[in-house]
Amino acid sequence: MTMHSVNGVPRLEARNLSVHYGEKLVLKNITAQIHAHSVTALIGPSGCGKSTFLRLFNRMNDYIEGFKKEGEVLIDGADIYHKSTKIEELRKTVGMVFQKPNPFPKSIFENVAYGLRIRGVNDKNILGETVERSLKQAALWDEVKDDLKKSALALSGGQQQRLCIARALAVEPSVILMDEPASALDPISTSKIEDLIYQLKSKYTILLVTHNMHQAGRVSDKTGFFYLGDLIEFGDTEQIFTNPKQKQTENYISGRFG
Amino acid sequence: MNNATWNRAVDKSFKYFGIACTFLGLILLGIFMVNIFTEGAQRISWQFLTSLPSRLPARAGILTAWTGSLWIFTLTGLIAIPLGISASIWLEEYGKKNPLAQFLEINISNLAGVPSIIYGILGLQIFGRMMNLENSLLAGSFTLALLILPIIIVATREAIRAVPGTIREASYALGASKWQTIWNQVLPASFSSILTGIILALARAVGETAPLIVIGALAYVPFVAQTPMDEFTVLPIQIFNWVSRPQAGFLINAAAGSLVLLCFVFFMNGVAILLRRRAQRNLKW
Repeated sequence: MTMHSVNGVPRLEARNLSVHYGEKLVLKNITAQIHAHSVTALIGPSGCGKSTFLRLFNRMNDYIEGFKKEGEVLIDGADIYHKSTKIEELRKTVGMVFQKPNPFPKSIFENVAYGLRIRGVNDKNILGETVERSLKQAALWDEVKDDLKKSALALSGGQQQRLCIARALAVEPSVILMDEPASALDPISTSKIEDLIYQLKSKYTILLVTHNMHQAGRVSDKTGFFYLGDLIEFGDTEQIFTNPKQKQTENYISGRFG
Repeated sequence: MNNATWNRAVDKSFKYFGIACTFLGLILLGIFMVNIFTEGAQRISWQFLTSLPSRLPARAGILTAWTGSLWIFTLTGLIAIPLGISASIWLEEYGKKNPLAQFLEINISNLAGVPSIIYGILGLQIFGRMMNLENSLLAGSFTLALLILPIIIVATREAIRAVPGTIREASYALGASKWQTIWNQVLPASFSSILTGIILALARAVGETAPLIVIGALAYVPFVAQTPMDEFTVLPIQIFNWVSRPQAGFLINAAAGSLVLLCFVFFMNGVAILLRRRAQRNLKW
């Protein structure tokens, strides 16, 4: 898959997408296009379906009992739910960072190297270079370069989250899904993560679920507002925050509910 | 007496009753320990550990018994550990929504409660007679492996379940397959707890007597077992054997043998506790 959108084909696309968990309808007929090298924030009250939407793009919903999908999810124009899709390949292209930092109970080095190791890469030079590059990209290298053999669990929460970002970057994805990556962190760590997201934008396409309106305003180019499974409004972040077209969007952003 | 004073009195007396209950078991165990120690400690010597059985108490030793126990320990472990861990992985990671797995789950809990003598009868019929292993070490080990399999499975499943789902998610999200996730993340993270369960189960196997008597290990064995197909005896059976003799000297031998067996089981339990401690210290999710 190429890094850039070809002939205006969007990087990520949802077409008439509905999702059920058992009987419950959690996403209703969503259509959206996301272009390369942008940060798209997904906002909305808890349970509105934004995390479900995010996790469609690396098929993490497949593990949830009763998950059913109608419509299409496309990456570079190809349906990722097609029978021929190799999930391991898809997840090499689409990396993910979770809400709570979830480093493996292994060394810092092995955390970052894991994505390569499971693909059979065991060359010390390649692993070493990749770990260093990824940790640098995640703005963590200077803090841990002398402690690569230390347990990742000894790092602070903010460092752990940047380690998880480095771990995702190590397999060279081109899309990164972030599910409230800073919600469990203190303000200083949060601002570090936000700076990082802003820097990563030049190379990656980023989809970001957040509960923090200011964060969405600060780091994203586009914003989608979800409410009760509907994508109420999707557009330029500036427009959504200053001049929302829908009443519900305005109410939510101004803090009248949610 | 008003209500509050009455309540306090009840409270207090219950506390002392609880303390008494706790200590009753420990005191009885203590008396027993002191008893076998005073009787048996004098008998423990190099000669006792390295001598074959004899009809003279002073010349008899536990060489065949402890080597037999070691054989049983090793063989039972070799059979039960891979079976137990594999079964647990399937039940916990693959068979979650499978009705067959749910049915098996109930039955495994039941199996853990089946009296050991029943396993002995099962072992005698299947391993001893149908598989023609007779009263060999292998027949005994298979029987004991069956006996401790439910214990290992229950402990391993608990250990696997304690690995947080977020670790599995992180592994999947990097493109790992289910097996890679189990092998690289779930098993290493639960290893210490699994090992604890295995050690406790094996300590139980080493202390078992009844099923081995049923499969015919009670025979007088005047030599040290050389292969898994040999006849054997184990420490608890040797102790049982000596206790039923009329001579006072054999009672002393039995006490000394009990001491050796107890030391071994305590040592195993100690290792298990250490491992559990280590697991808890290293892994704070």
